[in-house]
Amino acid sequence: MPAEFYAGIDVGSTTTKVAIVDAAGTLLAEAVDKSGFDFAGAAETVFSRALAVLDADRLQVKRVVSTGYGRRNVAFADEMRTEIFCHAAGAYHYFPEALTIIDIGGQDNKIIRVNAGGERENFAMNRKCAAGTGAFIEEIAYRLGIDLGSLNGLAEKSEDEVSIGSFCTVFSCTEILGLLRRGTKPEDIVKGVFRSVVKRVLEMDSITGKVVLTGGVVAYNPIIARMMAEMTEREVVVAPHPQVIGAYGAALTARNL
Amino acid sequence: MAEIRKLKAAKLMKKVMADHFYEIDAAVKAGNPKVAWCTSVGPAELLRAMGFVVYFPENHAAILGASRTATDYIPAANAIGYSPEICSYLTADVGAYLKGFTPLAKIYEGIDSIPKPDVLVYNTNQCRDVKDWFEWYARRWNVPCLGIESYVNVGAVTDTHVAGISGQFKKLAEDLTAITGNKLDMDKLAETVWLSRKCSDLWRDVLEMATRKPSPLTFFDGTIHMGPAVVMRGTQVAVDYYETLLKELQEWVDEGVAAVEGEKYRIYWEGMPIWGKLRENAQLFLRLKTAVVASTYCNSWIFSALDGDDPWDSMARAYTELFIVRDDDYKEDYFLKMKKLFDYDGIIFHDAKTCPNNSNCRYGLPQRLQGKAGIPFVTIDGDLNDLRCYSEEQAITKIEAFIEQLGERK
Repeated sequence: MPAEFYAGIDVGSTTTKVAIVDAAGTLLAEAVDKSGFDFAGAAETVFSRALAVLDADRLQVKRVVSTGYGRRNVAFADEMRTEIFCHAAGAYHYFPEALTIIDIGGQDNKIIRVNAGGERENFAMNRKCAAGTGAFIEEIAYRLGIDLGSLNGLAEKSEDEVSIGSFCTVFSCTEILGLLRRGTKPEDIVKGVFRSVVKRVLEMDSITGKVVLTGGVVAYNPIIARMMAEMTEREVVVAPHPQVIGAYGAALTARNL
Repeated sequence: MAEIRKLKAAKLMKKVMADHFYEIDAAVKAGNPKVAWCTSVGPAELLRAMGFVVYFPENHAAILGASRTATDYIPAANAIGYSPEICSYLTADVGAYLKGFTPLAKIYEGIDSIPKPDVLVYNTNQCRDVKDWFEWYARRWNVPCLGIESYVNVGAVTDTHVAGISGQFKKLAEDLTAITGNKLDMDKLAETVWLSRKCSDLWRDVLEMATRKPSPLTFFDGTIHMGPAVVMRGTQVAVDYYETLLKELQEWVDEGVAAVEGEKYRIYWEGMPIWGKLRENAQLFLRLKTAVVASTYCNSWIFSALDGDDPWDSMARAYTELFIVRDDDYKEDYFLKMKKLFDYDGIIFHDAKTCPNNSNCRYGLPQRLQGKAGIPFVTIDGDLNDLRCYSEEQAITKIEAFIEQLGERK
């Protein structure tokens, strides 16, 4: 008898992620691509790619749960859940205790509190503003002409971090232009940019319990986790496969339905 | 997809509202009776008893919002110096005037413009913005603008508060007579206050129909059907309308008709409606099997203190007992009382960008309620009229996530 799988598809504002699990909840395959303008197409692409990794047929996928901003665009999904639900489900699976889950996404940040039983107690999302999100980091990288993948390494070299005062992405760029004009080193600016991200997140809600970080931004920039631990004086861990944890939570939900 | 159920009374309400606007338009065209503009929680009873026909610009601004034209006109007011961060009722209304637009002309054949007032009368019990709003028109048209300056952050309403406001009412009546020649008829005042009280009691009964399970009406119905309570309180027409509406709702209750089929969750909406998104939001909650059973906003037109036998002091008390001017201790208690009455599962706080006075999530009140009584809450960012301030996708995600969260507890 062929194996049965469950899939979660997270169509985010920036990237679309898929996770495929088995009946035990083991992550067997994952795929990530840009969401672009065709959410349905992006969902189809990542799903096919993950199936190819497994060398599986889509008929073997018993149930699909979609999540993320584009969750309504996944025509083949059996159910939908919000990304808040799915990030909590994914993170709690790995850390079954009272948690504060912090998801730094492409355009949204979320702070989700779950109790020891895994029930969500509260959540907060950023206001109508992309300060402190992946979009903020992307914009700064673009302005500085630095490849996104190099930012973390550059920040690690900083010996004299600067403070970015503005919380607006556009005004932060103006502020950075001023710093550059005064001869500030790019690595000190980049580290200040990461600090700004952490500050913006921490002002959204109070933090309790163990902190689990999720989302694409922390996946590529581990410096954020260290800064977060330093600033909260708490245990801060990065969830396994942080970028696809929402999709993974959706896949676990598909399994549990 | 489930459909929003329509009350039959809606047809009657359309006629009643049309009559209201035609009456004002006729008065302007004939030059008699005189027209007074009044803030929505202003001294309408006094103005009617002095023989004015009364026009409510906030109602006009809400129509601009509901017809999704507000955002087209707000920039015109911004361009003459009114900040995009002040009341978007004000900026939409002033902007529409500057551009020569009124939705009334589209809705009601023969009406060409908003009615030019003989006098403008405000009460600052809602905010200072209403005064600024009225003063703009007063300067533009060179007509008098008078008003009541209300107390704010009131805990218990004391005799001192009542005396202060009552005195202002009496002075207002004298000033209005001196300026316009209209005289106050005390018998008419008593009658008007009693009619207003009847309207208020019936409106409260209508809203309290939502204490039933399932609820026969939602916040979204309330925002539409409160029209007569806002613009026609103090008249027999409003009383008759709410008797009709109440009867229909009672029939629904008797037949077990639910506003939200399969009602699973009951929510309290705190703050202004998002006028341009009423239908979308009503449908969202319908899909989520969630009845928004209560709100502070719709309750704002309940004036239980009104007493025709003691018009001055009772008007003063009624217009000072409003939720919006009360201190946070009062507000906390109010939400707890409403919890008992409506048995809601959680509160949605609408943080309206341009309406701080109606955004009670900014000083930790939701968190205090959660700590004190375990009431779950979520805050959405939006605005009453300026859709540029509404983060729709985020709001939908927050509301859906909130309902999911409530589902985990049930």
